[in-house]
Amino acid sequence: MKQLQEQVARNPEGDNLIIRTAVRLLVPFIQLYGLYVIVHGHYSPGGGFQGGVVLGASFILLALAYDLKTSLRFMSERVNNLLSNLGALIFIGIALLCALLGGLFLDYAALERLIPLGAEEWHSLGIFLVELGVGLAVMSIMVSLFWDLASGGDMEEGL
Amino acid sequence: MIWQLDQFVLLLVVVCAVAVITVRDLLSAAVIFGVYSFLMCLLWAKMGAVDVAFTEATVGAGISTVLFIAAIFRTTRRSKD
Amino acid sequence: MKVFALLATLATGIVLLYGTRDFAPWGDPDSPANSHLSRVYIERAVEETHVPNLVTAILGDYRGYDTMFETVVIYCAGMAVVCVLRRSRS
Repeated sequence: MKQLQEQVARNPEGDNLIIRTAVRLLVPFIQLYGLYVIVHGHYSPGGGFQGGVVLGASFILLALAYDLKTSLRFMSERVNNLLSNLGALIFIGIALLCALLGGLFLDYAALERLIPLGAEEWHSLGIFLVELGVGLAVMSIMVSLFWDLASGGDMEEGL
Repeated sequence: MIWQLDQFVLLLVVVCAVAVITVRDLLSAAVIFGVYSFLMCLLWAKMGAVDVAFTEATVGAGISTVLFIAAIFRTTRRSKD
Repeated sequence: MKVFALLATLATGIVLLYGTRDFAPWGDPDSPANSHLSRVYIERAVEETHVPNLVTAILGDYRGYDTMFETVVIYCAGMAVVCVLRRSRS
């Protein structure tokens, strides 16, 4: 551990060309896979939580291979806060919308009164929207957890 | 899965669990904990719980190991043992 | 003291292993856990929600409260870490 700390203190950018190039090539595919896991959760294992974690891991990989500033360039602190709040609000907002439209809390069939598609289709679509919210919230919270733990809170340096 | 392989994975799980709490270096403990998570993921997948296996692989082995290492990175060693 | 801790751990492990003898066999369709609610889910979930993956249908629809508060718990954990650790930059 001490070796690692000294190495990071000596060279915060990281100097391994192979790792940096590999990560630069890998990150788009990891993000695509995360989106696939979220969207394809209806048909295959996966869903909002797992896909959100994969998406968050791509940003964490960026921060590990380069440094914390690079990952902050791709997702700023404000955007991160906004996304985590938005994700939680999408879930609770849809649940409340169901209640406001006259159904039960979280009963997606009530959304049919907004756009008539059929109760079963709204169940499917409601699950998809909710999973999207979970994915957004989990992604941004995992990234912010890593930022805070790795930098000790000042978002300046770390790992 | 063949039952011999099953027993082997279960044995490895126990070995990893004991190793996590006995090893002195915190970095090694975090890495062995990641190995433990992957073995558990293998067991879940074998039992047919693919969703749980997926969660275990991404959260247990992926994110939590990185978060452990990030937290250990901020620590210093006080005792000389 | 260490011997006592080992004995206590072994005794607890033996009692737990003894308890597993009363479990239903793995994958038994007639076990109590599989015979009441699971059957209803397996029969109705696809036609009620149009989601082929049963796990997603149960997590997102029948057990929506569970997933919602799981998200809220993760959100609270993230916000707690932000509140405790993050310092604002000037």
